[in-house]
Amino acid sequence: MKVGLAHLGVIAYIIASSALVLAFPQSVLAFLCFEASLLVIYHASVDQTTKFCLGGIVLLVLLPLLGSINGYYLEIAIQAGIFVALALGLNIVVGFVGLLNLGFVAFYAIGAYLWAIFGSPQANHFLPGNLFPLSSVWFFPFLLLGVGVGALTGALLGLPVLRLRGDYLAVVTLGFAEVVRALVNNFDKPINITNGPKGITPIEKPPLFFQPLLEFLGFSVNPSTLYPFYFYFIVLFIVMLTVLVARRLEESRIGRAWKAIREDEIAAAAMGIPVVRMKLLGLAVGASFASAVGVLFAAKQVFINPESFTFMESIGVLAMVILGGMGSIPGAILGATGVTILNLQLLKGLSLWLNSVRQSGIVLSIPLFGDFTLSQIPAQFEPAKYERMVFGLILILMMMFRPQGVLPPRQKRGH
Amino acid sequence: MELALDILPQVLVDGIVLGFMYALIALGYTMVYGVLEFINFAHSEIFVLGAFVGVEILLLLESTGHLATLHTAFVLLLVILSGMLVSGLAAVALERVAYRPLQRSPRLVALISAIGASFFLQDALRFFESLWRNTFYLTYPTLDVLDKTVPLGLNVVVPVKSLLVIVTALVALAVLYLFVNRTRLGAAIRAVAQDPDTASLMGIPVNRVIALTFFVGGAMGGLAGVLFGLHYSLVNPYSGFFPGLKAFTAAVLGGIGNIPGAMLGGMVLGMLEAFAASYLSILTDGAFGAEYKDVFAFTVLILILILRPKGLLGEKVREEGA
Repeated sequence: MKVGLAHLGVIAYIIASSALVLAFPQSVLAFLCFEASLLVIYHASVDQTTKFCLGGIVLLVLLPLLGSINGYYLEIAIQAGIFVALALGLNIVVGFVGLLNLGFVAFYAIGAYLWAIFGSPQANHFLPGNLFPLSSVWFFPFLLLGVGVGALTGALLGLPVLRLRGDYLAVVTLGFAEVVRALVNNFDKPINITNGPKGITPIEKPPLFFQPLLEFLGFSVNPSTLYPFYFYFIVLFIVMLTVLVARRLEESRIGRAWKAIREDEIAAAAMGIPVVRMKLLGLAVGASFASAVGVLFAAKQVFINPESFTFMESIGVLAMVILGGMGSIPGAILGATGVTILNLQLLKGLSLWLNSVRQSGIVLSIPLFGDFTLSQIPAQFEPAKYERMVFGLILILMMMFRPQGVLPPRQKRGH
Repeated sequence: MELALDILPQVLVDGIVLGFMYALIALGYTMVYGVLEFINFAHSEIFVLGAFVGVEILLLLESTGHLATLHTAFVLLLVILSGMLVSGLAAVALERVAYRPLQRSPRLVALISAIGASFFLQDALRFFESLWRNTFYLTYPTLDVLDKTVPLGLNVVVPVKSLLVIVTALVALAVLYLFVNRTRLGAAIRAVAQDPDTASLMGIPVNRVIALTFFVGGAMGGLAGVLFGLHYSLVNPYSGFFPGLKAFTAAVLGGIGNIPGAMLGGMVLGMLEAFAASYLSILTDGAFGAEYKDVFAFTVLILILILRPKGLLGEKVREEGA
């Protein structure tokens, strides 16, 4: 293997950005530089194996190491990972098949409540025998169950509306998500299934099956410090799995059929593609991703309530897919990471900064307007609360100026 | 059943008020769908904008002391007309900025832009009100006349504000119907809705007609917003979401693109919802209460799409790609 300038450059960037985070563990900017190293690796002109190894080092070694210095980074990585998996799921529906699903969060909610109800004492309210919570070992079977339940509900929802025009599907999925949220919000009577707006807690975490091994090796680790790392690796594993599944699907007969439907439904049908069945399959696969991630989300949060599953979450995931580029797997990953960081770090940072400015009592003299004390900025004005504006702007601006997204899918030219 | 009959007149009044509200909003969806074949997702924010224009004018009049001295009818007329004007203009601006550049793009692109516009407008309104009043939950000042009630015989009393909604909406719907069916501009709108290319060959300025359609639909939405505020008092930048979605359901129920259909669909949905809110709990012995009324509208939507996708009065829903 020839080691060129590009290799050295990428490695130098990774080392430099890691050092920057080490030097300024509280700095948002330093961490952003580090996060960008994945993008640098993706775009560098080096061969696949090197990219794979470098990406592996960053994700498997460096990020957990930095996370042990500042735990918040690990939290961001976990959140970003969850959204990456969601965006990959929605990318199949919107990007590959070309169906606008505005109720994607409903499937996420179904998965989350699936584990929340049975992984907590909640199920004792309507099932006899005091069997619950199920032991944490059941987490992994429920992850699989989530896939199945998500696929089933996705297909059932698609059945009545897929023969109609696309816009109808958008509104029906939106309505479906609101129905799911209303049901979850109100099904604490007559039978208490979801505990209503109060939410469900405590939910079992995944099993620490490797703890005996660690103890055998002589490490005695406190579970509460272990869990963030554990979740990080579970999320990473699930993201890898979803990337793999999405890629394999994209390059299969099914993926080509989806794209044919997206480009021209009538021509696709004329070519003998079973259009309705393929659309159903797309909806089901996307929904199963969301549902499985929901199971994980419930286990991570320990507490869930209907507030986490609003229309805004659906639009947030849509904004991620659009930003990255519809139909592009690297795009979905970039979009999800970018928007999560924007929300969790940049907007929150801006809010904090504005608060400190407010308290500083500095007086600005603006010509024509007179003196303006910075403490006069109304307390209601907080950038962190303006997620909708950010999502809205992303959607409009991308549609106007770059509808194919930041990392558009690579077109294979066959003719 | 005694109890059920006692509340019947009240339920009917609630249903009619809701029905007219949905009908007015649904017109905006259906007219735009008629000419452009796309769901103007941001229409619910145009509706909310009307409500905010109304509350701002009333608060302004209140703070200068004019609210008590001016005649209520004049105040109402002022509020309603300015709400309609601002909402109509906002709808035109929205079309110009967010939709017209995308006219040649796939429909999905325009729809996503509309969703973005909807979200952006919600927070833009919140931003403005936060800076201006340091709160974005506003309450309409009370107008004494509106809270009085009128007896209608048979132990039925109707609040004046409900009558206001019903009368105003009836006038607006009648004017709109005449405008679309009896004037040259209305004929132009219908021509563009039927076939934009042929309309353009006949010398109709298609883009101007589209802007006009947005203005008329937006004005109807703004009117609904002002009436919503006068009737229910509380408004915030996010209060358009549910009325908007239900009005869209009403438009589909009546047959999207069909103006009388939107009126009929709004009325049917308003009635269904009022009845569901009052009688669901009686019928199911308290197991399911009024909190399911929102779910009810969506269930109706899904059922129509399965059973009669062209709606009650609609033409055939064109297939994708046609």
